[in-house]
Amino acid sequence: MSATAKDFDERARGKFAKLGTTRIHRGELLRHPVYTRFLHWSVAIFFILSLVTGFAIYSPWIFRWVAPLFGGGPRTRVLHPWFGLLFDFFFFFQFLNWVTPMTWTKSDRRWVKKIRSYVTNEETMEPEEVGFFNGGQKLYFWAIVLSGVLFLITGLLMWFDNLVGRWIVAVSYVIHDLAALLMLAGFIIHIYEGTAHQPGTFQSMIDGTVTEKWAWTHHPAWYRATTGRDRREGYEREKRRQDERERAIARSEREPDKREPL
Amino acid sequence: MSNPRTFQIQEISAHPGPVPGQGTRREEQVCKYIDVSTCIGCKACEVACVEWNDHPFRETTFNDTYQTMPTTEWNYYNLIKFAEDERDGNLMWLLRKDQCMHCEDPGCLRACPADGAIIKYENGIVDFQQENCIGCGYCISGCPFDIPKFHPKTKKVYKCTLCSDRVGQGLEPACIKACPTGCLKFGTKSDMVQIAGLRAKQLREESGFADAGVYDPPSISGTHVIYVLHDIKRPERYGLPSNPIIPPSYTYWKWLAKPVGLWMGLLGIGAVFFHRILYGPKLPQPEPPIEKTGPREEIEAGRRETP
Repeated sequence: MSATAKDFDERARGKFAKLGTTRIHRGELLRHPVYTRFLHWSVAIFFILSLVTGFAIYSPWIFRWVAPLFGGGPRTRVLHPWFGLLFDFFFFFQFLNWVTPMTWTKSDRRWVKKIRSYVTNEETMEPEEVGFFNGGQKLYFWAIVLSGVLFLITGLLMWFDNLVGRWIVAVSYVIHDLAALLMLAGFIIHIYEGTAHQPGTFQSMIDGTVTEKWAWTHHPAWYRATTGRDRREGYEREKRRQDERERAIARSEREPDKREPL
Repeated sequence: MSNPRTFQIQEISAHPGPVPGQGTRREEQVCKYIDVSTCIGCKACEVACVEWNDHPFRETTFNDTYQTMPTTEWNYYNLIKFAEDERDGNLMWLLRKDQCMHCEDPGCLRACPADGAIIKYENGIVDFQQENCIGCGYCISGCPFDIPKFHPKTKKVYKCTLCSDRVGQGLEPACIKACPTGCLKFGTKSDMVQIAGLRAKQLREESGFADAGVYDPPSISGTHVIYVLHDIKRPERYGLPSNPIIPPSYTYWKWLAKPVGLWMGLLGIGAVFFHRILYGPKLPQPEPPIEKTGPREEIEAGRRETP
């Protein structure tokens, strides 16, 4: 990334840090600063609007259900490209914001190879080498970059169809749809991983923080880099505390009269 | 509309001889016949079209020909194209009345994503329903003849209707009515194909146009507007594609991959839902493993949060 872009990103982070606050409680780490959260949700809003308006035009089976939500077919058609442009606009800044941690590395290849054990929850914790983002997140990010570019090019060709030939429009339409399907698949997985599958993750995009436990479980290398502590140390300490607590609970249940205030 | 055959007389009491008209079948397919060899370029059809459709006159662009304007427009469905050609060292004008071809397999209809914006009647007329049009312009790219035109103010697309309003009342299209030379005819598809064949034969045998023929392209299953051309081997000279085709993406992608895409979305949502049910969440570690056996209180205690 060029120095200007990096500089711009730094300044934007600084400006937004003054606009909003991130409260970090004890046992928590800062995951996403205000600027990142602002970008993420701007991208998300315009992505969802683009997806819904686009799907209305894409699919004859849901056209009559979805188009009225945006004021009918013609209005849906008029709004869709603008939603798309705003999605690309905000994602451009998101790209600058994240391109460094999203850089593909050898460890990500190893992550992708072991995706089976990740999906089936066989591995309860991520491998030691997983940093700020894991291989799956990086794949999704680069898929959005690719789709975002394809959306923009093919979208403009279809928007200004009076300036290009009919075959270009006919091909653009398929590429635009394929990019949308790629995005849809990624989007479903992204929401699922961020909410139901990994408790504690959604908080990182709302409050900006995560618990330390979450950090060493899902992003061990990032945990080490931020706290300077090894994942194993934190994990062992937490495990000891947990065991002690369980023993105490068991003891107090065996001898209820000797119960100490917790 | 009721079937006109319903009240066709089948039997007549005490009637000698056969029942008149028994077994008569009406041919539903209509067709416009255009003989370019007898067109004189008077533009009466253009005026009739503009008048019948109650279109305002529009400004035109002069481009060194006798053509009214370079292409058909959203409020100018019918345009005579003045192509210049050479025959025996002399100028020959190829006067072709350009309008919607009313394809049997309409590319505009295939490309359109809006429910009910383009319809094709059983008689073969392809008609745009502007109230359902969303103005995406896909039909423009689906059309091999560059006919649908976008109206920037209303954001809708318009084209020749083959005067479906007149045809519905048993009248011929306005352009046909206005033509003074009889180079335009309107009738059933089979009649028009037959007349066109005869005229082409006449041109070949009597007028020295050895390559005269009928333009009714099979690549789009024929059209409901057919031309008699002096030279069927080179329709490009008249501005007609020799092999008009609809981009395959509008056929295969739309009707095969679109439902597949929708199902992918639904199955994807189902897949993550059942993944959650079957494999459970990925919790921050250490999370005490839940005992499968043992009293309920212990399990609940194990779940209790640490301060």
